[in-house]
Amino acid sequence: MAFAPSDEPVALKILVAGGFGVGKTTLVGAISEIRPLRTEEVLSDRGVGVDDVGGVETKTTTTVAMDFGRITIREGLVVYLFGTPGQERFWFMWDELSYGALGAVVIADTRRLTDCFPSIDYFEQRGTPFIVAVNCFDGAERYEPDDVRIALDLDPEVPVLLCDVRRRASAKVVLVTLVEHALKTLTAAQR
Amino acid sequence: MTPPPEWLDEEAGPIVRPYALTRGRAHSSADDMDLIAMVTAVGKIPRDPADIGPEQWRILDITARATSVVDIASELDLALGVVRVLLGDLQDQGLIRVRPPAQVAPLPSERILKEVINGLRAL
Ligand SMILES: Nc1nc2c(ncn2[C@@H]2O[C@H](COP(=O)(O)OP(=O)(O)OP(=O)(O)O)[C@@H](O)[C@H]2O)c(=O)[nH]1
Ligand SMILES: [Mg+2]
Repeated sequence: MAFAPSDEPVALKILVAGGFGVGKTTLVGAISEIRPLRTEEVLSDRGVGVDDVGGVETKTTTTVAMDFGRITIREGLVVYLFGTPGQERFWFMWDELSYGALGAVVIADTRRLTDCFPSIDYFEQRGTPFIVAVNCFDGAERYEPDDVRIALDLDPEVPVLLCDVRRRASAKVVLVTLVEHALKTLTAAQR
Repeated sequence: MTPPPEWLDEEAGPIVRPYALTRGRAHSSADDMDLIAMVTAVGKIPRDPADIGPEQWRILDITARATSVVDIASELDLALGVVRVLLGDLQDQGLIRVRPPAQVAPLPSERILKEVINGLRAL
């Protein structure tokens, strides 16, 4: 069991992934206070070597704002939500974001279901517990979770649910479903 | 007049040099420090206070109580890479203790996860 004394703060990391414009930012904002977090995209890393001009390295970057939310469960127990950037040019951040993550919510839009394939592949390969939350956009045709499961060729134990990421109550159900799934995965692994 | 910043596209910000604060260094002993690693100031006085910049004093101040790397970055409103360099310096000087999440939560216990589930439901 944990060796850390009980007063050591515990931080958990949950990822919110999915295709471009699928509702990642909206979900993080519905359930937590979004806080600014800046990271950089490296455009070129011309490491000019240690002996050049006093070891000054040049690194041309552009700042990228990331979705970052924080839910305080209680003093010393915090859940961090990270929206993983959808565009392919930001994939460099995924490994760092998913390292040590408790699990991931993959948001899917039934009008563009295949957009979430890369996210699903990624978490399957890394063994990160994940769920699929189908964001029901207005005007999009409704599908049953089981239809989505078949269309995405998901393992039977992966939870699939319909949600409206704009609604806090719905976002709550999504996160609870993920943590319950992570707990189940964890206890199954310990058996 | 200064030339206008060069823009990549409407999503990318202007090309900036955020590493001015770190005297141009983009790497440090904290390159791999996890986003949710917990940082705590050990309360030691720096050997040469002139080595410590104002942002680093703020970090020491914030981390009087254990604070995660992301929260430090967000609080200082500095990019993560810059914050990691500043943290690396403090770590090299033995001024902070860094606890990687593996130690914070060696696979979170069942008890913790149940607490999270109940906490989320109660939001
Ligand atoms: N009608 C409807 N609109 C939604 C829903 N979820 C998100 N939107 C809207 O869709 C747009 C995209 O949502 P975002 O949350 O920004 O999506 P994202 O996944 O963060 O997008 P990127 O970060 O650009 O990949 C926004 O204008 C939202 O207001 C929904 O459930 N229903
Ligand atoms: Mg977004």
